[in-house]
Amino acid sequence: MSVTGIVRPYGDTTGDGRVQLSFTLPVPFGDEAERARAEGAALQLAAKMGLDPAMVVHAKGMGPDFTFFIVYGRVSHLVDLSAVTVAEREFPVLPAAEVNLRIRSALGRKLVVVGACIGTDAHTVGIDAILNVKGHAGEKGLEYYREIRVVNMGSQVGVADLVARAAAEHADAVLVSQVVTQRDAHLSNTREMSAAFHAGFGLQRPLLVVGGPRFDPGAAADLGVDKIFGRGTTPSEVASYLVHALTPESPDAAQRGAA
Amino acid sequence: MTGKLNLDPALVGQARELAKRAGAPVVKLARTHTTVSVERAVLRLAGLDGADEDGMPWVNRLTDAVRESTGLEHGVALPVWDAMLTGGYPDLRTLAVDAAAGLVKFRLPAGHEGNAARDTAARSVKKGMARIDAQRAERDRMLAATSDPPMPWIYLIVATGDIYEDIPQAQAAAREGADIIAVIRSTGQSLLDYVPEGATREGYAGTYATQENFRLMRAALDDTSRELGRYIRLTNYASGLCMPEIASLAGLERLDMMLNDCMYGIIFRDINPVRTFIDQRFSRQVHARAGIVINTGEDNYLTTADAVDAAHTVVVSQLLNEYFGREAGLADGQLGLGHAFEINPEVPDSFMLELAHAQLVRELFPDAPLKYMPPTKHMTGNVFAGYLLDAFFNLCGVMTDQSILLIGMMTEGIHTPFLSDRDLALENVRYVRRAAGRLGQEFRPEPDGLVARRARQVLDESVDLLRKIGSQGLLNAIAAGTFGVTKRPPDGGRGLDGVVERADGYFNPAADQLETTPLEAKQ
Repeated sequence: MSVTGIVRPYGDTTGDGRVQLSFTLPVPFGDEAERARAEGAALQLAAKMGLDPAMVVHAKGMGPDFTFFIVYGRVSHLVDLSAVTVAEREFPVLPAAEVNLRIRSALGRKLVVVGACIGTDAHTVGIDAILNVKGHAGEKGLEYYREIRVVNMGSQVGVADLVARAAAEHADAVLVSQVVTQRDAHLSNTREMSAAFHAGFGLQRPLLVVGGPRFDPGAAADLGVDKIFGRGTTPSEVASYLVHALTPESPDAAQRGAA
Repeated sequence: MTGKLNLDPALVGQARELAKRAGAPVVKLARTHTTVSVERAVLRLAGLDGADEDGMPWVNRLTDAVRESTGLEHGVALPVWDAMLTGGYPDLRTLAVDAAAGLVKFRLPAGHEGNAARDTAARSVKKGMARIDAQRAERDRMLAATSDPPMPWIYLIVATGDIYEDIPQAQAAAREGADIIAVIRSTGQSLLDYVPEGATREGYAGTYATQENFRLMRAALDDTSRELGRYIRLTNYASGLCMPEIASLAGLERLDMMLNDCMYGIIFRDINPVRTFIDQRFSRQVHARAGIVINTGEDNYLTTADAVDAAHTVVVSQLLNEYFGREAGLADGQLGLGHAFEINPEVPDSFMLELAHAQLVRELFPDAPLKYMPPTKHMTGNVFAGYLLDAFFNLCGVMTDQSILLIGMMTEGIHTPFLSDRDLALENVRYVRRAAGRLGQEFRPEPDGLVARRARQVLDESVDLLRKIGSQGLLNAIAAGTFGVTKRPPDGGRGLDGVVERADGYFNPAADQLETTPLEAKQ
């Protein structure tokens, strides 16, 4: 089958353009007149979505005010495969088993992560979503990974304490969450933190990762950290990044001599 | 129920004995310690509510003030009601405001003055207990005036973050067939060491548990119960750092069921084990008094571990939850022990293994209103396959006589359910009930077939694990990572600084009144 050129959805014949969709409209589905109007409304939406012809194969009232529809139809749109763009990510997102395997074979020991909210920030929701077993968005947190040892220092941790703990635990990576952005506290706190790690560890410093809803993901170098994660980051993205950056086949890790 | 699995009654008895042996030292710990949240619950039961301008509840401000001056070793009640009497305060709120401003000198009164403070404190807390008792009676009255739906009860979740959006959604779900509405809490509330105040309209993936939100939702569901002629139960979460306080608020506002596990917060939220066990005992005493059914969280173990390999950890946790629950005064009818349908559908005979696990739990706990949780881990985004898996879950639930079915959503893991997801899910369970609701009565697994053998194997493994836990101690077992995949040492985790060893003369009028809960209140 061709992977370039122009394609259409495939129902049971090449080029038939047939698709299915389901949706709910806030319209009643009571007496005959209401039902006819509801189906007409569904067909109007389908037409505006490019389905022509369209057929309502199922309609069901849900309570007095809503109707659920299943619609089949033919779309006239063409898909130009040469114009498909794929968002490039610098690292692949791996399943937990793969992350564990990579750590075990590359490091031969557990990967150590020290996490904290620094400064006066008491919002641990972000760091906990990434670290706690409970996790976030249907994914388990880093504690769930057998080959990752997590030290979660909690909130309002001083930079000096964080540096000391990272050294004591032989941290491979330090995760810092910053939610509060008053007077750009998240930026100044991050700079203070990265400066302290650069001063304390030199080239042997742990990987520095910060996260929070208001960071510019492109500002890592400016803030002296290795990676910035924004809103909606999931634990598996963080775990995959750590493996990407810290296992020896990656150039970053070799550069910094971490192993 | 007559057994279908040929379980050895002696082995079952041994399992319970071992659970008791593992749990007893922890109960002793709970009897000899208190926590900031237990003390704040005393103040809440005595009627102190509201918060300062920063939203910090007055129970926190007052408890902190007492802790700073006299410590909490003797409990908050003695110094607080002494200050009420000697300072001539009209109510706890006025005292709390002054205490937060540093204007109150607390002390530990002795002799006659001590007795006076204790008497007044006991009277104040008794008012809260009377309200809990009245709410329990009101539930019975509502059940009689409407009706108690037949089991399995259909359990549905709302989670908008806004109590004023939750209410119409909950009412719509009840009209569509839900018997139980659970309001999911805002992400991370379990880690707050205070209970937010008032009606709330902003939450992350859920709605804050507050006294006012409880009241608003219960009132709305009372209206709907009367409209439908069917009592709609309301569920929330007594878990996390404020377990005792939230349990108290649930009793005061007539919630009907509360998520309340003995170990969930420890394993999944890194809450200190000692804090958790002290808090859970008090919270369960309140639930016992209030006639609230607890829901335990064993289903969670299967979201982190393999559902076949870890099946026995579920049974072990259920036996521990049963021991701790009964010890705190809960009747078997209040023990909504949890489990889940989480075996990988790619595993051969997976449905038969699910039947074995579900039937085993049914036979081990014949009088418990078991709460059965739908698949989440193997819901892949293929909503069509997910709908099929949910149907098999429903079938297993009716075949093994589960009491509470949490209704699975085909869009599990994709988004908070659409209106249509919920409607389709209810259609699914209605079909299964109609088509196979009485299949359980005719379901007789072969005495030595795969189902019965698997159930007995899980029981054997449970007894082995309980023996191990009993010999090393429950706290050590948790520290060694026996449950879930994480190690939780007794001196680690959140909330340890809120644990206080009781001194001689410790006084807690709520605990005193709960320890002597009259038998008739225990059903």
